[in-house]
Amino acid sequence: MSLTKERKGSLDVARVRADFPILARTVGDAPLVYLDSAATSQKPRQVIDAESEFYANHNANAHRGLYMLAEEATEMYEEARAKLARFIGTDDPATIVFTRGTTESTNLVAYAWARRFLKEGDEILLSDMEHHSNIVPWQLAARDTGAVLRYLPLTDDGLLDLSDLGSLLTTRTKLLAVTGMSNSLGTLPPLGQLTDAAHAVGALVLVDGAQLVPHVPVNVTELDCDFLTVSGHKMLGPTASGGLYGKHEILEEMDAFLGGGHMIDEVFHDHSTWNVVPYKFEAGTMNIAQEVGLGAAIDYLEALGMDAVRAHEEEITAYAIDRLLDAGATVFGPKDVSVRGGAVSFWYKQIHPHDLATILNEEGIAIRAGHHCNQLVMRRYGVPATARASFYVYNTNGEVDALVAALAKAEGVFGL
Amino acid sequence: MALDDIYKEVILDHYKNPRNKRDLPGAERSCSRNNPLCGDEITVFVHEEGGKIAEVSFVGQGCSISQSSASMMTEAVTGRSVEETRRLIGDFRGMMAGEVDPDEDELGDLVALKGVVKYPIRIKCAVLAWDVLQEALEGSDGEAAGAAPH
Repeated sequence: MSLTKERKGSLDVARVRADFPILARTVGDAPLVYLDSAATSQKPRQVIDAESEFYANHNANAHRGLYMLAEEATEMYEEARAKLARFIGTDDPATIVFTRGTTESTNLVAYAWARRFLKEGDEILLSDMEHHSNIVPWQLAARDTGAVLRYLPLTDDGLLDLSDLGSLLTTRTKLLAVTGMSNSLGTLPPLGQLTDAAHAVGALVLVDGAQLVPHVPVNVTELDCDFLTVSGHKMLGPTASGGLYGKHEILEEMDAFLGGGHMIDEVFHDHSTWNVVPYKFEAGTMNIAQEVGLGAAIDYLEALGMDAVRAHEEEITAYAIDRLLDAGATVFGPKDVSVRGGAVSFWYKQIHPHDLATILNEEGIAIRAGHHCNQLVMRRYGVPATARASFYVYNTNGEVDALVAALAKAEGVFGL
Repeated sequence: MALDDIYKEVILDHYKNPRNKRDLPGAERSCSRNNPLCGDEITVFVHEEGGKIAEVSFVGQGCSISQSSASMMTEAVTGRSVEETRRLIGDFRGMMAGEVDPDEDELGDLVALKGVVKYPIRIKCAVLAWDVLQEALEGSDGEAAGAAPH
């Protein structure tokens, strides 16, 4: 499928699709229509090859051996760090800690920052649209420190309700931890406004970048957030790749996280001293091949251009929302694509999302059904679960048409 | 795979017109459980009389498989002894594990759920109500009646 209108900076989706081997497979007799990139993205040949090439020709432990292979492995690992730093808008690779993804990154901050600095009565401000991975680590940290959790509520339209921001964000607030893009509602919170407001009361800001970084151009220097979590596998990279951005001076002040090899400077019987940032946080043998693969994913996204990625997703998301609403679906979250991304949650005519997902699978269509680790959102809108279609660089309006056609089939199965 | 294997008429009938889907005041036993994967939740109420299950009902929300399974279960166990019911739970689980060829005389309409075995991720939807029933019954052996929802 090729786009008939070529705009400047737009994606050549047919060429993109040719890079993803999995998109050539079928499900039963039907071609795969993959609409679950918010759960994990598919991988282009370039990423698969980069990881494979690392194992085939360069595999050794990083930052340890004194031989050529070890130097190559170290260089490739550190090159990936520099790529990720540049990709999110910082020229200091030491501000990037490699982790297995956003969950580990958030837990790292909850242990090494929150448990070190929070005390009874301090507050952490979250929102009702956070993924469980940006709630539970703070609940555990609050339990250990006596800190209190507060939540920004949601409007009926799926936006953050900031009308009480002044009473929720106060000098007691030490951290605002907020998603960059909701994984169920698609909402893009006003990060600039929130960061400025948090800094004005002396709070730090952690942005959960799991859905944001793969889909929207991000610049941590302009945004001025204190932490940004990054998931590699949602941005064309391997599973267990990703990282944490933290301002250099804050990472310096933080405690260590996991103890082990390479994170130390010196070890004595009764204590140890820590390696420099970011190695202080990278204990044991790291996910070297995966981060090298993430580097290739970043190369791929940069070659497409993140502005073009975002423009493509705005277009397909607008088309999907229009088609779903026309078909009679209930769409959750904002409808205006300038304030949302491409994770579209919906209900279709009383058909439970699980039933919908099973029927759509017969047509080769992969969507997510469930609570999406967003139980606060489900409760807010009074549903046990939603169906969710989510889009990325390889999806087409034709696939949205296939989704809508399959909804009609589901209706037939249920005799509605 | 064909959708007819899973969305059989009898399943859709129980989904659209669930039997015994109501609160049961006076039930000695009840148990609630949710499926953390999907958010489905179900509560099963049991009223016993003379060692037999005199009445059983359920409330909750979920997909067609979990709801129809619960509905058919209430019909299948009403009037059975607790011991027979335990055996039926075992038979049903065996069918859903693909281990046992179902005995149609024993399982009746429930045999319709056999097609779900081909959809491994949905098996837990079919079994949810049965797990809850078993927990409710186990409460009757030892602890105080009316196991607390959890």
